[in-house]
Amino acid sequence: MKGALDLPTFPNGVHPGENKERTERLPLERMPFVSRYSIPVGQHIGAPAKPVVEKGQHLRRGDVIAEPGGFVSIAYHSPVTGTVEEIGQRRGPNGQFALTIDITADPYSAQRFVAGSAMDVDSMTQQEFVARVQQSGMVGLGGAAFPSHVKYAVPEDKPVEHFVLNGCECEPYLTCDHRVMVEHADAVVRGTAIVAEKIGAKATHIGVEANKMDAVDALRSAAAGGAIGVQALTVKYPQGAEKMLIKAMFGLEVPAGKLPLDIGMIVNNTGTMASIADYFDRGLPLIERVVTVSGPAIRRPANLITPIGTPIRAVLEHCGGLHEDTREVVMGGPMMGVTIADIDAPVLKGTSGILAFTENETAWPKEYTCIRCARCLEACSLFLNPSRLGKLSRAARHGEALDYHVMDCMECGACSYACPSAIPLVHLIRISKQANREQAARGKGA
Amino acid sequence: MSLRDRRLLLHTSPHLPPQLTTPKLMLEVFLAVAPVVVASAWFFGIGALLVIGAATLGAVGTEWYFTRPRGSTLGDWSAVLTGVLIGLTLPSGLPLWMAFVGGVVAIGLGKIVWGGMGHNLFNPALVGRAFLQAAFPIQLTTWAPPGESFFSIRSELLALPLMHAPVDGATAATPLAMMKFENATPEVMDVFLGSTAGSLGETSALLLILCGSWMAFRRLYDWRIPVAIFVSTFLFSGLFYLIAPADYPAPWLMLLSGGLLFGAFFMATDPVGSPLAPKGAWVFGIGIGVLVVLIRLWGGLPEGMMYAILLMNAAAPLIERSLQPRVFGRSAKA
Repeated sequence: MKGALDLPTFPNGVHPGENKERTERLPLERMPFVSRYSIPVGQHIGAPAKPVVEKGQHLRRGDVIAEPGGFVSIAYHSPVTGTVEEIGQRRGPNGQFALTIDITADPYSAQRFVAGSAMDVDSMTQQEFVARVQQSGMVGLGGAAFPSHVKYAVPEDKPVEHFVLNGCECEPYLTCDHRVMVEHADAVVRGTAIVAEKIGAKATHIGVEANKMDAVDALRSAAAGGAIGVQALTVKYPQGAEKMLIKAMFGLEVPAGKLPLDIGMIVNNTGTMASIADYFDRGLPLIERVVTVSGPAIRRPANLITPIGTPIRAVLEHCGGLHEDTREVVMGGPMMGVTIADIDAPVLKGTSGILAFTENETAWPKEYTCIRCARCLEACSLFLNPSRLGKLSRAARHGEALDYHVMDCMECGACSYACPSAIPLVHLIRISKQANREQAARGKGA
Repeated sequence: MSLRDRRLLLHTSPHLPPQLTTPKLMLEVFLAVAPVVVASAWFFGIGALLVIGAATLGAVGTEWYFTRPRGSTLGDWSAVLTGVLIGLTLPSGLPLWMAFVGGVVAIGLGKIVWGGMGHNLFNPALVGRAFLQAAFPIQLTTWAPPGESFFSIRSELLALPLMHAPVDGATAATPLAMMKFENATPEVMDVFLGSTAGSLGETSALLLILCGSWMAFRRLYDWRIPVAIFVSTFLFSGLFYLIAPADYPAPWLMLLSGGLLFGAFFMATDPVGSPLAPKGAWVFGIGIGVLVVLIRLWGGLPEGMMYAILLMNAAAPLIERSLQPRVFGRSAKA
């Protein structure tokens, strides 16, 4: 890309093959409705929601099925018109059992969403606005699924200088945010304007990596005349991590253990903004999202608008099925996503992609001992020493790893990707972090 | 289309494997050293290849012997590289069995006893050479003049182990020995292009600079280390040259002669023995530069690169521990 080197970015990081060409030009399409949906009520970060429906209850598309279980929690809604079939423990994509509401779609329903009238956002107080967003079931659609309203509950003493929109989509293969920015730039800008006004942001910026210049152009023309700055960024992973995005765009570092709000910033995903606009303009809660279905083992890649709760199996069938030599199915991006064992698990609010890989892309090279080449140090955008942390973890010296700030690691996986000796660095670091969390919990209990 | 329940592999992220592998890296370093090997044959004849070959055989054989029980690690190429590197630090007329012993010691004492690749404190090739220097000081400092006929094999080469070798007539002084012991100044151009006496790998400065720069370009080592060595050597020795030009060699001769370039590009940069982080690399390189000047000017030896690197190898863990890079979002002290 011409001139891409002059664009801002953060120090360190890696640049894996982007592999976005499979889907980056495919327009959004709708996943057809299927007969059965499963909605776990703990898809977000925070307390699980509480189901408020009963077995056999009839629901319309968009009806509330679970209320927030606390402040850091959200509501869930029915993705279809149908009947509650079962409420119970189901195995989710991560293999763990979780409270799940199963809904059978009404086969005779046209599944039209009855749009409400646009809400009068301007007359809402900030508190009302936060409550509304919580009721809409909104989470960050980038993958972490953090409840959006929590970010908007800005304390009085922490004014928001910059509202930053994250259109990096730095994970290879994924193009869901890309297509939303290109096709629904207006909605992104509209949602952004609503949120920026309500959180009292003094300035608003959108950061987009330079492999999506069509999205940059679309956003610029949609935002023309407004006060939203669209900034193209050098393509590098993990730029979509909010601390990296702030470093790239403002050169500022969010202090370790602090939030962007502590330096007057709030970061949101661009796809989330489009969904927020949908909610405030026509009452559509978060019952569907764009999922990139891609990877070499997928026969027909797509950017699918998919109802939350759709079985992954149905999505894969809609995309022509898997190649015979499929070895891995990943939910999310290839750098931070999770492999799934059971393709009957549902699409979640945080599911940005469903990727299928064969032996070719995922065969791991033989592991060698660390030759101290320092490539992991150059990969780590948090300036940690993954080589040392990996060795400490292998030696079970987890306490010592604390001195090397192991808990600061955001597990982006850049170190593992960069390691020529194929040492599972980020995995070893996760083990250390878990051991330290357990140690801290024991300390509290005693 | 078939979505029959198939067995899917589960593992933690990332799901994209590294593109670069350690054997590829080693092979690339090996290829960067290859021109130096060819040049040594050009200057010193086929004897050079025999010496390098004997050292490599010793290194590879030892690696194979000790790693055999758990699956040989020869596939990572590092033993071959160590063997070639030690060979390049030896004089062309060294008895082959000594070169072989050097290779054995380099891998055995320099690497295997520490726990194998990546665990050694000292540069294995230099451990082997230090052993030879201590065990056979005469042979290690008997330099053949370059430029003999390609196929002439010096009689010392074929000496039997532990026997007195018949000594071949022609020997020559290295540029450093000339400066130190004869107070003579070698021609800069000779030193630069390589037609002077010395170890196999250290004679042509031009070639070493080219190969070293290629490796830096390919990011095969931390460029800060050689740069720090050159700058500190130049400034430190230049200081004395300015004070007393008659008594001390010129800084450019210091840079171009002896094992300085070879050591800086191929030995000091071995990541295993050098500190990981940038600040540490600067300190490590400056330390080598200062030590090499001290040894060359006031030590008993004409050449000090080997000991300078080994000493800094020993200091590397300490340097690394005290110069950890600042972590994102934390102040330098935290």
